[in-house]
Amino acid sequence: MTDPLLSLALILAKLIAVFGVILTLAAYLVLAERKLLARMQLRYGPNRVGPFGMMQPLADVIKLLTKEDFVPATADKWLFLIAPGLSAVTALLTFAVVPFGPPLEIFGKTLPLVVIDLNVGVLYFLGLSSLAVYGMALGGWASNSKYSLLGSIRGLSQLISYELSMGLAIVPVVMMARSFSLTEIVMAQEKIPYLLLNPLAFPIFLISVLAESKRIPFDLPEAENELVGGFHTEYSGMRFGLFFVGEYINLIILGSMVTVFFLGGWHGPWLPGVVWFALKVLAICAFFIWVRGSMPRLRYDQLMHFGWKVLLPLSLLNVLVTGAVLLGMS
Amino acid sequence: MFKEFAKGLSITLKHLLPGNCTTVQYPKQKLEMSPRFRGLHRLVPTQHREKCVACYLCPTVCPAKCITVESAENEKGEKYPKVYEIDLLRCIFCGYCVEACPVEAIEMTDAYELANFKREDFNFDKERLLKS
Repeated sequence: MTDPLLSLALILAKLIAVFGVILTLAAYLVLAERKLLARMQLRYGPNRVGPFGMMQPLADVIKLLTKEDFVPATADKWLFLIAPGLSAVTALLTFAVVPFGPPLEIFGKTLPLVVIDLNVGVLYFLGLSSLAVYGMALGGWASNSKYSLLGSIRGLSQLISYELSMGLAIVPVVMMARSFSLTEIVMAQEKIPYLLLNPLAFPIFLISVLAESKRIPFDLPEAENELVGGFHTEYSGMRFGLFFVGEYINLIILGSMVTVFFLGGWHGPWLPGVVWFALKVLAICAFFIWVRGSMPRLRYDQLMHFGWKVLLPLSLLNVLVTGAVLLGMS
Repeated sequence: MFKEFAKGLSITLKHLLPGNCTTVQYPKQKLEMSPRFRGLHRLVPTQHREKCVACYLCPTVCPAKCITVESAENEKGEKYPKVYEIDLLRCIFCGYCVEACPVEAIEMTDAYELANFKREDFNFDKERLLKS
């Protein structure tokens, strides 16, 4: 086999593997969440399909695919049809820049275990995470239903409250690593993860990520008690499924971002890099599920108050202090 | 704020430990019914025949009018119910028939899985009531 062909085959194999693993993981994360939440609420959760309910994701997919794909009569049809795809695709695309393992030596070639190592990876992640909100906003707007629209508006106002502190929490990381590339940020944490070097940025980023994932303390756009289902009230079948799976892919992505920025990515003793990375990501996901089982939902104004008056000044201060310390050390 | 946050998380973590589930896995696992539970009726048999003497007290007291009794005399000259039917679709499981019976010939069991496919299957005649 010629050399360019081999590279192409390796890249394709990597792409397919990443795609398959992310989608399967997202499906099983749904199951894990349902089981863990159930245990926290003193019940068993799905345990009927296959041993321990392990085939439940498959049953769910079959159910969603065979359901009617309903479009409300007054909906903006094209936007309504596009929106779920938008939220799933933006979530999937973000994983392109996540380095999930140390470079691999295979067939005498070095294969970096990242789909593409962009030198502006951090900006790419921030950009796509802002774009992801479009799926939600357009979906809610196109449904032409008041509950969906309220959900979308909440999502957008939530976005402007947490996105700033999320971006600013990464700035010290970029300053310390002197790079926007995620691979180099991980490389810079070979000895000490940034969780220990910058203990203030970590909680700020974690809380912002929780808001970004639209999960329970900050699940205002969905808020099933007051808004029926928020932005996806009018969706059914696999279109709803796409929103749902997009949410869980997003959870994996955000877990890996926390891992990359603060927990030292694939670095860790004894175990291979990929395993360490997966363990850290799953730990973050489990923490998110745990928080979902414990916390009530914040009110709309409480979230904005918290984002603008607490997280933003704190993260700005953190940038200032980190800059001063770095300047003093150099 | 952080104290409350940690407290909430610790409570859910405690619940997460195995052995805390309160779910009863119903078809496989059943709860024991109380002795006063009013389920499907049963006609009490004696050695040769049912205990019932066909006195018509139960169809009289029945508020749902779901009991049909027809009396007859056997060769020893005793009264016995030739027909004893309960229409379970009308029955409200009040237990008045059990209270009214002077010879304790009818009682209520703890059977509550009474679903069926046909209307006729809910008509319990004497043979079925003796076996239940």
